[in-house]
Amino acid sequence: MASRVFLDYVDPWVNWSWLGTHVPYVAAALQQHIVLTAIAVAGGFVIALPLGVVAQRSAAVRLPVLGTFGAFYTIPSLALFALLVPFTGIATTTTAEIPLIGYNVLILIRNVVVGLDAVPREVLDAADGMGYRPMARILRVELPLALPAIFAGLRVATVSTIGLITITAVIGLGGLGQLINQGLQESFHTPLVVATVLSIVLALVADVALATGQRFALPWARQA
Amino acid sequence: MSIFGAVWQWFANPAHWQGPDGIPTRLGEHLQLSAESVLLGAVIALPVGIALGHYGRFGNLAINISNVGRAVPSFGILVIAFQVFGLGDLPIILALTALAIPPMVTNSYVALREVDPDVRDAARGMGYRELAQLYRVELPLAVPLIMAGVRTSAVQVVATATLAALIAGGGFGRYIVDGFAQLNYPMTIAGAVLVALLALATELSLSGVERLLVPRGIRLLTAPTLRRASTFKVA
Repeated sequence: MASRVFLDYVDPWVNWSWLGTHVPYVAAALQQHIVLTAIAVAGGFVIALPLGVVAQRSAAVRLPVLGTFGAFYTIPSLALFALLVPFTGIATTTTAEIPLIGYNVLILIRNVVVGLDAVPREVLDAADGMGYRPMARILRVELPLALPAIFAGLRVATVSTIGLITITAVIGLGGLGQLINQGLQESFHTPLVVATVLSIVLALVADVALATGQRFALPWARQA
Repeated sequence: MSIFGAVWQWFANPAHWQGPDGIPTRLGEHLQLSAESVLLGAVIALPVGIALGHYGRFGNLAINISNVGRAVPSFGILVIAFQVFGLGDLPIILALTALAIPPMVTNSYVALREVDPDVRDAARGMGYRELAQLYRVELPLAVPLIMAGVRTSAVQVVATATLAALIAGGGFGRYIVDGFAQLNYPMTIAGAVLVALLALATELSLSGVERLLVPRGIRLLTAPTLRRASTFKVA
């Protein structure tokens, strides 16, 4: 293989002069990537939070909800994109986001349920004894105590979504996935390598940013 | 004609059930690529995860390999493997194996770590030697979580194998990719249905294998839902 890489391929893994002249192009792909990720995570969170609270309270809701989203989560994203294209159109944000939001709902519901399950019984009794109504108890006692688990879910959801967005290149979106696709179509290494590395870096930066955000938002939950 | 009718007709066409582009052939390709990658990944990942968990060393590495693995875009890794190794099954299997390893390392590490220290002490006190303790006490207790890792990996490999069609590989992904290229939506949707069914079948059949492998006495201890150490999705 080495001979092939060194003799036949004149294309270097990163052509820095191409990169130098294509900064706005790469930045636009990165921006689309970030926007698509933000929609998928925020959308998943908005659906998962109330659903998770209800699911934690009632086994009759929990089992079908976790079962349905669990099956949805198992289905490969490319299959879901392909199934949606005739209905929601090719290269539309809707087609890209429905599967991604669905996956994030599963990740986040699980963590909401786990976080709420871990709230100590004594804390709930104390809140009841202090006269908290059910809604106030959820919002002001239970959810704040479940936040570390919810943050953990947000981190997993964000990192997974950043990787999955690249696959939307197949339906004409893709963010950084467009550059991967360009690298594939043109057998041109630079966009491929730059986009793959940027996607990994973006995921790790987002992960660290959320972990840092968690430390500031939940000073009482800082671990030693 | 509605799109559903067209998809139904695609499935009803006997030409799609035979030959090099037929469903049985594509299923065979998909399963072979996936099985080889999962097996290769398991041979590498399980001993590492089990050893790290047994000795309780390098825990951060064992946990973080899944976090890093999650951050790797499967599409990018497949295309890079294709650019390095060219056409054929080799780049696909290497990329799929790389994606299969992290969940198996993390889950088997966690599985061994979660064995009750009192049980380890009891085994040692009863005179089990190191290896006997691992094989006859710790591993049986760890099977449910280890298998959860294998299942997670296998489902992700089956899903990512779909993307192999983008680098001229076989499998059910061909129908999706070729359908998009030829604007043949019935074929694309038929491929998507096949891929979805295969992923679900993989999940269910490996759950069945897990049930067979877990010793009966331990089955009572494990609650099935939420038992997965980590969610992992790369395709």
